[in-house]
Amino acid sequence: MGKIEWAMWANEQALASGLILLTGGIVGVAGQFRGWQFAAYAIVAGVFVCLLEYPRSKRAKGTSVERTGQYCFTVCVKSFGPLTRNYYVRGSLHAAICVPGGFMLSTVLGCVCLGISSIIYFVAAIRGEHWEPILPRKEISREVQDTVKNPPQNPPPRPPPETRRKRVDDLEEAAYDNPIPVSE
Amino acid sequence: MANWIINHGLTTFILVIWMALNIFLFTWYYHIYALRDEFYYTRYILGDALAWARGSAAVLNFNCMLILLPVCRNLLSFIRGSLVCCSRTMRKQLDKNLSFHKLVAYTIALMTAVHMISHLFNVERYNDNRRNKNDKLGMALAILADLENTTYLNPIRNIDTDPQQTPTYFVFTSIAGLTGVIITLSLILIITSSMEVIRRSYFEVFWYTHHLFVIFFLGLVIHGVGYIVRKQDETQRHNPTFCRTRSSDWGGITECPVPQFSGGPAMTWYWVIGPMILYLFERLLRFIRYMQAVTYRKIVMHPSKVLELQLMKNGFKMEVGQYVFLNCPAISQLEWHPFTMTSAPEEDFFTVHIRSAGDWTDKLIDIMQQLPEGTQGPKMGVDGPFGTASEDVFEYEVSMLVGAGIGVTPFASILKSIWYKFKISNPKLRTRKIYFYWICRETHAFEWFADLLQVLEKEMEERGMGDFLTYKLYLTGWDQGHVTYIKVHSGEETDAVTGLKQKTHYGRPVWDKEFEQVRKENPSSVVGTFLCGPAVLAKVLSKKCAKYSDVDPRKTKFYFNKENF
Repeated sequence: MGKIEWAMWANEQALASGLILLTGGIVGVAGQFRGWQFAAYAIVAGVFVCLLEYPRSKRAKGTSVERTGQYCFTVCVKSFGPLTRNYYVRGSLHAAICVPGGFMLSTVLGCVCLGISSIIYFVAAIRGEHWEPILPRKEISREVQDTVKNPPQNPPPRPPPETRRKRVDDLEEAAYDNPIPVSE
Repeated sequence: MANWIINHGLTTFILVIWMALNIFLFTWYYHIYALRDEFYYTRYILGDALAWARGSAAVLNFNCMLILLPVCRNLLSFIRGSLVCCSRTMRKQLDKNLSFHKLVAYTIALMTAVHMISHLFNVERYNDNRRNKNDKLGMALAILADLENTTYLNPIRNIDTDPQQTPTYFVFTSIAGLTGVIITLSLILIITSSMEVIRRSYFEVFWYTHHLFVIFFLGLVIHGVGYIVRKQDETQRHNPTFCRTRSSDWGGITECPVPQFSGGPAMTWYWVIGPMILYLFERLLRFIRYMQAVTYRKIVMHPSKVLELQLMKNGFKMEVGQYVFLNCPAISQLEWHPFTMTSAPEEDFFTVHIRSAGDWTDKLIDIMQQLPEGTQGPKMGVDGPFGTASEDVFEYEVSMLVGAGIGVTPFASILKSIWYKFKISNPKLRTRKIYFYWICRETHAFEWFADLLQVLEKEMEERGMGDFLTYKLYLTGWDQGHVTYIKVHSGEETDAVTGLKQKTHYGRPVWDKEFEQVRKENPSSVVGTFLCGPAVLAKVLSKKCAKYSDVDPRKTKFYFNKENF
């Protein structure tokens, strides 16, 4: 199937699962269903998964498309270092989070979807992928400022003044090209 | 405002009708379950959650019927071909098929959420009904079982499971519940893999996962066979409003015999069976076309990794600007990729120019490069041709053709066809004038097209038809090196970059100037604008068309057509 980065699909799936878990949890709590405590857990778990999965990873190859306003989430997720970078950890985390969702009907779908995304993350981890933050590039503007600050100190090399004078009579000996023909 | 009507009127009209039908279906079915007497006792247990579930189910039926239709390429091409009477505006709607498919898909997703949430409430309330000992009427309804003289109302018959797990148990042991979970899961997987990010980068994941729609439709058809939604029979014999307070007397008094219930049959298949059959034919047709023999007439490797294939197939007939799907089993059994044809219908073979743009194309170019001279290429399946907007080019008196980068390909077909039509003086040619704009980042990968333009240029001059085709080339990726080279060669007759008489422009076109010029030179004509390029440019051109069009029939009118894949 080509050089697909599985983590990209796992990320979409996990984000969707977070939303589904959240929705199921809200329904369970609002309707005061039996086992609503599991629904309350699902709300917290759903929000957590959404926050974790919102910032997209930088792609190994090709251009990365950010989600709107993901920069602050990127910074938060980045600060956990290897815990969020490694996809084995993420896969296990999702597998663990999804389990309590299976104990109540309204959260079952979120549980299964999150389980699927956990599997896709394991596939990504086995393929050696990892999460990279998308950070704005700041280096380019610095270079431009440097060159402006250092104008050349010496004038460009020129032949001595005698040879530089326009010599109409002897065009071949003149030390420079005449772009416009010199006429008398 | 008037310009907007010309360009977007019909689309908006169709969308309004579609939305109106959705709203009608929802409210109609909602009211059946919210108001009718035969659901009185059902409503007593479930509240209005059932009405919400059934209303959304009706909208789902309607949209699941619609979703297969926009992706029947062959059917759409057939309709386009037979719309001889209707104006080009009707055919333009068929260009927007993918947008409609996506809109319907989002509606299905939304309604699935509503339907599922309503049913979560329904199952919970049925469960409560079986276990709540304090509700007299509820208990009377709950104990009605499927015996000799009684029929059940509450579908939860087994209450030996743990009360919290009963809903889950019920859902996973009933046909409706199990199919519901499976098809919702398929839907979620289809949607996450269809996100633009995934689709543009890894088309295979998108395409393979999308085939879960087969499971979706099979499950959908079976979803309603369980007779789970119960209504009361013969409400005139047992009037619920009267008998509800007399539940201990049911069966004892004549006004209130024991109420009987029955479930409704599955209805979804009425809606979806037609499109499912049509789609099946569509796939069969694609397969049959694939099996037909395709021979290679010529294989040419152009600079900048552009591969030209000249192919021949028995009975293959094409129109200008159409595209085909190619499949090469040596590379991948299941992948079909679209390519616009660059040959004219007047030729007895068809050509595609394939640029290196990913896995499949790279492998194809690789295979072709390693072929010994003069041999046939690998087995190739061809499906098509399929029509898009370019077919309409000759219907307009004046056409503006805009090709960005590789988007110039359909126009290669058009320009070649013009050349042939002129040579035989084809009277079907309504076009009097063509303006061609080619916008490209760099000079690579278009040398083959520059050759075509050179030939056309010569032919037109020979016949004194220099006026017919006005073309402008725009290089948007120029740099200082270019500038110097151009300055040095600026005095020459032919362009330094392309070798053509028309000089290359640098930077992007100023569209206001271009439209102004076209309007000035063609005061009372209908101008068709055709674009094959990025969506951003489509927005710009579509706005300019609206801006420079005039409702007055004596003035110029611009119509915008966009090709999409």
